[in-house]
Amino acid sequence: MSAVMSIRDLVVRFRTPRGVLEAVRGVTLDIPEGASVGIVGESGSGKTVLSRAAMGLLSGSNVDRSGSVTFDGAELVGLPRDHVRQHFGTGIAMIFQDPMTALNPVRRVGVQVAEGLRIRLGMSRKDAAARTSELLAMVGIPDPAAAMRKFPYQLSGGMRQRVMIAIAIACKPKLLFADEPTTALDVTVQAQILELLAGLRANLGMAMVLVTHDLGVVANNTDFVAVMYAGEIVEQAPTTELFANMKMPYTEALLKSIPTVEARPAGRLPVIEGRLPDPTDRPAGCGFAPRCSYAQARCREDHPPLVDAGNGHLYRCWFPLAAPARRS
Amino acid sequence: MLRLTVVSALRRLLQAGLVVIGATFLLSLLLRLLPVGLEDLYVVGENEASRKAFAHELRLDRDPFTYYVLWLWDFVRGDLGWYVQGGGLSEPVSGRLSRALPVSLQLVFYAQAVSLVVAVPLGIFTALRAGRRSDRALSYGLFTASSIPNFVFGLLMASFFGVTLAWFPPLGYVAPTENLGEHIRSMVLPVAALSFPLIATYTRLLRTDVIATLREDYVTMAVSKGLSTRRILFSHVLRPSSVTLFTSFALNMGALIGGTIVIEQVFTIPGIGQEIGIAIFSRQFFALQSYVALIAVGFIVFNMLADIVVGFVDPRTRERRSA
Repeated sequence: MSAVMSIRDLVVRFRTPRGVLEAVRGVTLDIPEGASVGIVGESGSGKTVLSRAAMGLLSGSNVDRSGSVTFDGAELVGLPRDHVRQHFGTGIAMIFQDPMTALNPVRRVGVQVAEGLRIRLGMSRKDAAARTSELLAMVGIPDPAAAMRKFPYQLSGGMRQRVMIAIAIACKPKLLFADEPTTALDVTVQAQILELLAGLRANLGMAMVLVTHDLGVVANNTDFVAVMYAGEIVEQAPTTELFANMKMPYTEALLKSIPTVEARPAGRLPVIEGRLPDPTDRPAGCGFAPRCSYAQARCREDHPPLVDAGNGHLYRCWFPLAAPARRS
Repeated sequence: MLRLTVVSALRRLLQAGLVVIGATFLLSLLLRLLPVGLEDLYVVGENEASRKAFAHELRLDRDPFTYYVLWLWDFVRGDLGWYVQGGGLSEPVSGRLSRALPVSLQLVFYAQAVSLVVAVPLGIFTALRAGRRSDRALSYGLFTASSIPNFVFGLLMASFFGVTLAWFPPLGYVAPTENLGEHIRSMVLPVAALSFPLIATYTRLLRTDVIATLREDYVTMAVSKGLSTRRILFSHVLRPSSVTLFTSFALNMGALIGGTIVIEQVFTIPGIGQEIGIAIFSRQFFALQSYVALIAVGFIVFNMLADIVVGFVDPRTRERRSA
């Protein structure tokens, strides 16, 4: 299985008035063709920066990106903007967390979907309109002709997210970055959107990177998972392997902090105490050590390397969780 | 949707009408509050009977409310009152107005057009280079320029380009129907003087809004569609960023019609501003009342137009208002 995108030692730094902020610290990740890869972590872990940097959407004079990102065999890091752009839409596409802010509020829905078709695929106005209607129907919008004439604010959150998906898949990309695609939506709509994405992925043979803070979403919708913490991948494995054989205390803590229906109503939901380390002043040892209930002296002094446990399972911990028996 | 638009437009028209009535009524009251009785100012002569007759003709014997209603009725029909001189009526205001208004409007339109043409590219440019040296130089330069009154600019330019270099006539006005080339030459300096502060204002407004828009997710989304920078700017950034600019533009339209007074004096341009100056110094209060009322109406009309234009630029505001 070859990778549609390979990320090697990707480092993203922001120069800020407070000092250099290293948001992504040497991430290496392969996204196999047609596969679904989840990137999980809490807010501030660097998962959104990683996905935007991989695609090349971070701009600004205060951003430094180093390492290597290859898409379809072509190196993207260091490529001029105009050349990177040639991959956007037709090769790589992205959908954003909040469909209210990611759709242009002053332009009609139809125009926004058709734009990519017209500019990137060179379709005529008529063909693009017909294709737009098809796309909107494909993402489950009941009356495409009417929806095309509406402004985004006239649609519900779920419908707007469907429109955004239609825009992203319009030019049949090989890889879709979905950055928290369901976070801003109602729970019932979340499930519909995830189901829609799974269906489209199967139909179009498209790979997907699903960025989320929700391990529950990852469990049902991905083939591989990378858990991020403080700008690094701390655990990475095929999804079934990860949930069967968790190595990293952070991953376990994330899983425990998901509320379940079975939980005692009066019980307290476990939370991960403490906060992420200051990204401009990282601790010497493991970033999670101050918050980890298993941490020992070594964790605070030495930075743990990524260890291969076999089966494609990697983890970054001096004292990994042992057998599944230990989790209970 | 259409019915809603019509209803809200009618409602806004009604509101505007009420504002016009309120403003002109206050204006008309001011006239009666002058410390000098208007009778003593205008009505001269020995004959008590003719004095009375003239005061009656000027409606000075009416109570303020009746006076206002009659004035408003005349105003609506286009009778803007008379200049008064030596105990008699000398000239209708509408005659002088019809010569002066087009001149002032030309000046305002030229100044607005020039300001937009210069400010839009400057605003986009400074926004794209926000924080860099070129942005800072331009922004501080414009800020400094906008803090200098426009008549100071006018005088400096008249003396330098008009007298020292003699590129343009330092004063005077030529009608476009008379000689188009000379007309343009005569308008260059006054329009430049009026435009400077406008350019500074418009550039800053657009710069701020473009910077805010560039941070929006939908711009990143447009980038991720693979569109060119130029296309993103023109079809995704400019329109949502121009609401404040349009509002300010329309309000300035109204304000400028009265605001050209000083510039018209500096360049001796026979527009409304000069007429108002003459009316003030020769105590033509009836004429003044009509001029000021017209400026107020202009201001209110352009204010309303601003709302309508903004509704087209940003459809969300339409919904918010009619809701």
